[in-house]
Amino acid sequence: MNARLLPYVLILPVTLFLCLFFLYPFVLVAAQAFGGADGLSLDNFRDVVSYWKFPISLKNTMLLAALVVPVQLALALLMATMVNRMKKGRDLVLYIWTIPLGISDLAAGIIWLAIFEQSGFLNSMMTGLGLADGPVNFLSYQNPGMVFLAIALAEIWRATAIMLVILVAGIGLIPKEYYEAAEVFGASPWQRFLRVTLPMLRPSLQTALILRVVLAFEVFAVVAALGGTVMPVLMGEIYAYQFDLQNGGAAAAMALIVLGISIVFTVIILRVLRVPKGATI
Amino acid sequence: MAEIQIRNVAKCFGSYQALHDINLTIADQEFMVLLGASGCGKSTLLRIIAGLETQTTGEVWIGGRRIDHLPPKDRGIAMVFQNYAVFPHLTVFENIGFGLRMQKMRNDEVTRRVTRTAELMHIEQLLTRYSGELSGGQRQRVAVARALAMEPDVILMDEPLSNLDALLRLEMRAELKGVLAESNTTAIYVTHDQVEAMSLADRISVMHQGRIVQAASPVEVYRDPAERFVAGFIGNPPMNFLPARNTGAGRWAVANQVFDGPDVPATALEFAIRPEDVRPADEGLEARVRLVEPLGAHLLLTCDVGGAMFRAILDSDMTVRAGDELKLAAMPDRIRWFDPDTSLSIA
Ligand SMILES: Nc1ncnc2c1ncn2[C@@H]1O[C@H](COP(=O)(O)OP(=O)(O)OP(=O)(O)O)[C@@H](O)[C@H]1O
Ligand SMILES: [Mg+2]
Repeated sequence: MNARLLPYVLILPVTLFLCLFFLYPFVLVAAQAFGGADGLSLDNFRDVVSYWKFPISLKNTMLLAALVVPVQLALALLMATMVNRMKKGRDLVLYIWTIPLGISDLAAGIIWLAIFEQSGFLNSMMTGLGLADGPVNFLSYQNPGMVFLAIALAEIWRATAIMLVILVAGIGLIPKEYYEAAEVFGASPWQRFLRVTLPMLRPSLQTALILRVVLAFEVFAVVAALGGTVMPVLMGEIYAYQFDLQNGGAAAAMALIVLGISIVFTVIILRVLRVPKGATI
Repeated sequence: MAEIQIRNVAKCFGSYQALHDINLTIADQEFMVLLGASGCGKSTLLRIIAGLETQTTGEVWIGGRRIDHLPPKDRGIAMVFQNYAVFPHLTVFENIGFGLRMQKMRNDEVTRRVTRTAELMHIEQLLTRYSGELSGGQRQRVAVARALAMEPDVILMDEPLSNLDALLRLEMRAELKGVLAESNTTAIYVTHDQVEAMSLADRISVMHQGRIVQAASPVEVYRDPAERFVAGFIGNPPMNFLPARNTGAGRWAVANQVFDGPDVPATALEFAIRPEDVRPADEGLEARVRLVEPLGAHLLLTCDVGGAMFRAILDSDMTVRAGDELKLAAMPDRIRWFDPDTSLSIA
C-alpha cells in the first residue's frame, strides 16, 4: 500500500468510531441546547443560568474542585515520590494504593455513606469509645459543612490514585543523573523536589491535572450518595433537568456549560505548565 | 590545599565486590586519571569520592579533612557527568549558576561568576538557550562550566568526553587541559580511553577488576608497566610477550635468541617488548610476517615468532610482504620481564 496513505488508513477506524459515538451525539446535544421554539436561540441557557439553584450548584462544584484537586495533587506527589524511592515492594504498594480506582464512584459514595451514616461505622465507633452519647446525624441539611467535607474526603480517597499512576510514570522517566547533579551542586531533598522533580514533571502534571479537574467538574454519584439534595452540583442539576423535569434542552445547555468550563481550565493548565521550546528532556 | 587520600576503600554491591582495598593519594592540583576497562570500578570509586555512593569500608580525606561521612555539597567537590546532566528546564545561565544559587549567593556575584566561566568555556553567546537547543559539545561545555563556576577544590569527571565524536573529543581534551591547569583545582578524571589518559594526566591510575594495579606518570605506565595486565592494556597495539627459559647466570632463551635478563632462580619468565622497540637487523628474533598494515608513517606487522603472535611497528619505507622472513632486534634497554606466576614486573 502507498506509504503516505497508510497512516490515514490506520487511523480511519478510530476516527469513524469517534465521529459516530462522540461527534454525532455532541452535535445533537448542541442542537438541542441551542434549539428553541423558532430556530436558533439562547433561551435554554438563559433559563438554566437564571434558575436559583444554578449559582449554588456552580459554587459547590467549584469549591469542591478547589479543595479536592490541590489536596489530591499534593498527596499524589508525595505518594509518587515515596513509591519511587522504594526498592522492594514498590509494585505491591502501588497496587494497594490504586485499589479505589477499581471501584465505581457510586459504590465509593455508598462505602463512605456506610461510614458517616447515623447508624454507620463512625457513629458506632464513637459511641463504643464513649466519645459521643448517641448517634449523630453527620449528613443532615443542618450540617452542610460536614456533608461537604465527607464528599471531599470520599472524592480524595476515590480518585487520588488516578493522578498517582500518571505521576509515578512521569517521575520514573526523569533520569537519575539530574538528581545526582542537583545533589552534588548542593540542592537539599526539598530543593531537588522543587528544582528538578516539579519542573521536569510538567508534562505529567498537565495530564494528571487536566484529567482530574475535568473529572472534578463532573462529580455526581458520590455527591448523590452522601449529600442527596443537601448539596446541589452541576452534574446533579443536569440529571434533574433530563430525568426529573424531562427538559432535554435545559440539560443539554447545562452540559455545554460544564464543557465550556472544562475547556477554559484545560487551556489555563496547558498554558501555566507549558514547557518552553528546547527545554524538554 | 586539596590533597585527596583514599584509604583502604572497598565497596560491595550485595555479594559482588566492586572495589578491593583501594589506597591512593592524589596531590594538590594534580590531574589524576583513572583508567581501566569497562566494569573495573572506576565510576564506583569516583562516586564514593563524590558522596553519591557509600563505601563499605575505608576512608576518604580531602585537604586533611575526613569527608566520607559528609553529603556531597560539603566535600568541596564539583562533578561533570558522562551524560552531562545539564538541566533541560533551565537556561544555560541558570545551569551554570545552579550550584551558586543553591549557596544563596548574591545575584550580581552569580552573574559575574557565570559570565566569567562561560567566557572561559567559550559559550557566552549561548547563555539564554535551553539545553535542547545545544549540540553535544556545547552541552559538555555547559557541564564543565557549571563545575568550574563553583570554584571547587576538587573536580571529578566521569568519562566527560565519551559521548562526543572523535574530532570534538580532541578539541575538548586540549581545552579541558588548559582550563584546568589554570584553575588550581585537583582533578580526577575517569576514562577507558588510554590516549585520552596519556594526554591529560599528570598521573594515571590503572584499574583492573576493582584494584589499582599501577599509579604512575603516563611515561612510566607506558615504559615500565608494574604488571603484565598494564603492559597488555596500555599501548596500541600493546606489548608483545614471549616465553623465556632460564639458561643460568641471568641468561634467558627467547625463541631463537638468548638475552641478558634478571638473575633470578625461576625456570621461566615472560619477555616483553613494545612493537615500536624492535628493528630489522642481521641478528634478532626470527619472525615470519603474517599481515602487513600500512599506517601512513609506519607499517604494522603481525608476525609469528617461535609460534607466538608478535607485532612490530617499522618505518613505512621498508618493503615487506606477508610471508617474508625477518630478523627483529629488540632494543636492550626497552626489554621488560614479568613473573608468569605473580604477573609482576621484575626489575
Ligand atoms: N548499583 C550497583 N549495584 C550492583 N552492582 C553495581 C552497581 N554499580 C556498579 N556495579 C557493578 O560494579 C562494577 C563496577 O562498576 P562501575 O560502574 O564502577 O564500572 P566502570 O569502571 O565505571 O565501567 P564503565 O567504563 O563501563 O563505566 C560493575 O561490575 C558493575 O556491574
Ligand atoms: Mg563508569
